[in-house]
Amino acid sequence: MSLSAGGLAYGYPERQIGSEIELDLKPGEVLALLGPNGSGKTTLLKTLLGLLPPKGGVLALDGRPLAGLSIAERARALGYVPQAHAGTFAFSVFTVVLMGRTAHGSVFAAPSGHDRAIAMAMLERLGVAKLADRPYTQISGGERQLVLIARALAQEPRYVILDEPTASLDFGNQGKVMVEIRRLAAEGLGVLFTTHDPNQALRYADHVLMIRDGRVLAAGRATELLVPERLEELYGVGIETIRDGEGRVAFLPGA
Amino acid sequence: MPPSPLRGNLIAFGLLALAVLLAFGFGRFPVGPSELGRLLWAGLSGQPSGLPPQVETVIWNIRGPRVIAALLCGAALAVAGTAFQGLFRNPLVSPDILGASSGAALGAVIGIYFSLGIIGIQFAAFAGGLVAVGAVYAIGSTLRRGDPVLVLVLTGVVVGSLLGAGIGLVKYWADPYNQLPAMTFWLLGSLAGTAKPDLVPLLGPVLLGSAVLVALRWRMNAMSLPEEEARALGLNTGPLRVAIVAAATLVTAASVAAAGIIGWVGLVVPHLARFLVGPDFGRLVPTAAVLGGGYLLIIDTLARTAAPVETPLGILTAVIGTPFFIWLLASARGGWS
Repeated sequence: MSLSAGGLAYGYPERQIGSEIELDLKPGEVLALLGPNGSGKTTLLKTLLGLLPPKGGVLALDGRPLAGLSIAERARALGYVPQAHAGTFAFSVFTVVLMGRTAHGSVFAAPSGHDRAIAMAMLERLGVAKLADRPYTQISGGERQLVLIARALAQEPRYVILDEPTASLDFGNQGKVMVEIRRLAAEGLGVLFTTHDPNQALRYADHVLMIRDGRVLAAGRATELLVPERLEELYGVGIETIRDGEGRVAFLPGA
Repeated sequence: MPPSPLRGNLIAFGLLALAVLLAFGFGRFPVGPSELGRLLWAGLSGQPSGLPPQVETVIWNIRGPRVIAALLCGAALAVAGTAFQGLFRNPLVSPDILGASSGAALGAVIGIYFSLGIIGIQFAAFAGGLVAVGAVYAIGSTLRRGDPVLVLVLTGVVVGSLLGAGIGLVKYWADPYNQLPAMTFWLLGSLAGTAKPDLVPLLGPVLLGSAVLVALRWRMNAMSLPEEEARALGLNTGPLRVAIVAAATLVTAASVAAAGIIGWVGLVVPHLARFLVGPDFGRLVPTAAVLGGGYLLIIDTLARTAAPVETPLGILTAVIGTPFFIWLLASARGGWS
């Protein structure tokens, strides 16, 4: 049981972005994907979600090739949390979460009572049930991110993939979202997220995959991999390390 | 006042009923609600209605077909506009964004130029609309670059302006005394002279296309998300987009073939419907259909009765639509509710 890639090459039809990716995400684990801007993180996420076909190598979901699954089958296994955006129409928060049920009904079907119950339960699980009737366009960025996580959970997936879940959030909301991510893993989901903050990866991820120019720079346990030398190599700047009395560390860039 | 499905639909159906009563009640032969009821009952039961034969003729052969055509065209344009606004993730889109109306218009002016009969002109218009959108879709699909929706819209704009040039050229060639007035009248939209046989080519495509759009309405919510997000939610966006475009084009081309170009309905009515029942497409599509029928019927009644000669529908929809839309822009509360 895992979402796994071996010797994976990925990219767009006319252009290869990366290759030789090795990755193994197991249920109950949090994997952080780190890499500088333009390193090919987002394209890799799209490939892992099955939105782009692999250009080589193996990409399997619980032992079956991802490309062999239907779009709906993929959506029932892999929940996706994109970067929060306001959207065009002022759908209610509840309607947004209900869209997570798309892959569970036929193309002509109206959402069932069961679908509605799950959508409501996921809003409650993320602690945003009181927003259900509010227009999605009028809630805060942090609330939107939680609503999108609820929508991904409404897909009833085994794995959740988050694209820079804290990118546009204030300090407090970043904490809230990361705590939720940890909780999802505790409940048995495999979680993969991209981030630009090594401190987040160190504190909340079990494993880390560092990619640069579409290649794996390093992969392994977060505590072993997240050291100043590696980060300097990954980002190309000096890194200052801060330690407290209990041996915990934090990194500051540009030293 | 927040949107409410129950109240919103009551208002929409109320407006529709009012529109039907007004349409029969105004005109050279006013028909009151009781006469209308008696005639309908007579039609259902087979008993004589006891009304003067000339009133019966007006209802069955003149006013009736025109009322039905207005309801069908209004509903068609509103449903197509609603579907396209979702599909193209843009509340300023109308059913002719992919060239359905300009294609139909070019077909019609060519038909008039070659002095085809009314059936021939309608067929040319219908075919022109389908061919134009088919061409836009084919070109857009070969240009596989970036967001397919954006490519489609840009192709539609480009092809639409080419079709506009074609319309201009045919008008320039046309006989200014016989053909040009007919073309101008047709390009401004009108239901004058609609008779029973005109309903046949309108009814089939409008019912078929609307049925497809109504059946797909629950998927339109996720369809209005960015392409990759919709697919990650399990939506097979490619085939679904083809189905929505085909159905919306079918109803638009049929309505343009029957009534000429009537702008604004497909743009304004979806917003009115959203105002009444909220943005969820599951509720929005049926309400937009009801509201669109009533809206165009009221405008057509105005077109018949406001002046001694018929006013073109396209003029009235623009005169009413413009201030309405400005008001809408002014009162839009963050996002399109």
